[in-house]
Amino acid sequence: MATDWYMYLLYFLIFPGFIFSLLVGLLAVWIDRKVTARIQWRVGPPLLQPVYDLVKLIGKEVLLPVGAQPLVFLFAPLVGLAGAVLAAFLLGSVNFLQSSFVGDLIVLVYLLFLPSLAIIIGGSASGNPISAIGSSREMKLILAYELPLALAVITVIINAGFTLNLNNIVAGPGAASVSGFLALLVTLICVQAKLAVVPFDIPEAETEIMEGPLVEYSGLPLAIFKTMEALLLYILPLYVITLFLGGLGEGWWMLLGVLKYVLLLVIIILIKNTNPRLRIDQAVNFFWTKVTALALIAAGLAALGEIYGVSWL
Amino acid sequence: MNWKERLARWGIKRSPWVYHVNTGACNNCDIEILDVLCPRFDAERFGIKLVGTPRHADVLLVSGPVTRHTEQPLRDAYEATPKPCAVVAFGACGCSSGIFKDGLNVNGTVDRVIREEDPEAIITYVPGCPPRPEAIISAAVKTLEAL
Repeated sequence: MATDWYMYLLYFLIFPGFIFSLLVGLLAVWIDRKVTARIQWRVGPPLLQPVYDLVKLIGKEVLLPVGAQPLVFLFAPLVGLAGAVLAAFLLGSVNFLQSSFVGDLIVLVYLLFLPSLAIIIGGSASGNPISAIGSSREMKLILAYELPLALAVITVIINAGFTLNLNNIVAGPGAASVSGFLALLVTLICVQAKLAVVPFDIPEAETEIMEGPLVEYSGLPLAIFKTMEALLLYILPLYVITLFLGGLGEGWWMLLGVLKYVLLLVIIILIKNTNPRLRIDQAVNFFWTKVTALALIAAGLAALGEIYGVSWL
Repeated sequence: MNWKERLARWGIKRSPWVYHVNTGACNNCDIEILDVLCPRFDAERFGIKLVGTPRHADVLLVSGPVTRHTEQPLRDAYEATPKPCAVVAFGACGCSSGIFKDGLNVNGTVDRVIREEDPEAIITYVPGCPPRPEAIISAAVKTLEAL
């Protein structure tokens, strides 16, 4: 590890940071659209389609709605992008550079919350009733899924021997125990909600409230939000891999890591394409009863296994 | 033309996002538009995507004669669309008000309303009642060439 400040800047901006994760994220968006199209027996868009979309949005005019709060409206996308890039950098440096610090798991959990927060703030600042509905739904969805997600993280911490260091967690047992497997299931469901894709695309529901919080965005701010969503499509599968599936690996094992990533991405896309959308009350009910119960069982089993020294629990 | 507009025009040809405005059409054209997005014709091959709000749109697809109630919403939708953008007057009614031309609640054609908002708007016409999907795709190509 180099210690010069410009090396850190390079790490942040180029390799595990912004440029690299943006490229992987755009590729993931293309895989998403292509697989969706193939499931529906269509041909689907060309490889560079996400790039074309972004370039076009950057070139378009930026319109400010009459009732909007301009400063907050324009800065919200930047907050979300900053959170996503930092999370990508953190996960990337754990997986590619094997560097981490004590407590980075907690930092990561907080950073993953920033994109949703940005969407809520941006939606509320645009002064449109539809985006207000979208923001309020996003808020309820966060209240619903954050509890089971945190419980799953606690399960992982207990299983890895009470460590908050991502490198130790990568080396830990991950999903190779009963509690770990249950926590993996819970996290997969929560990732679906965190990405706001079907069956939990309630805040953005295109057919009912027209992309919700993003309804008033145009041009560059919309491009930044789309970039953020592309980054999330890279970050969240990587988050699952880091916590549960033993990381991306080193050297030739990296190929297996890439396979894990693509597999997780395709699972997310398949769930997205074979399910209807839930209502917000159904989603909250689902998360607060079934998923939280599952997460509690996982955490309890992990604690029991730790107390009695049973490694498979 | 500055660099930003040039960038936008380059991008729109590769990813035109379409917002569908119904100004009193009989639903016939609207069904035909959905056909273009279906597996047989798959407009997403060319990056064409239906969006839910004019703020995200590059192409306004207007079907129907402009009735008295929909004239102001059409103006608002055009104003809410970030420029550069294109307008497609869709179907016989969109092009010329069709058989509703002398109707008592029809205010005139799409191009008249849009031209009053912006005299330099890019408008293309797709005649037919309703136009066939092949005609729609051909019109999309011509619209993008005009940009």
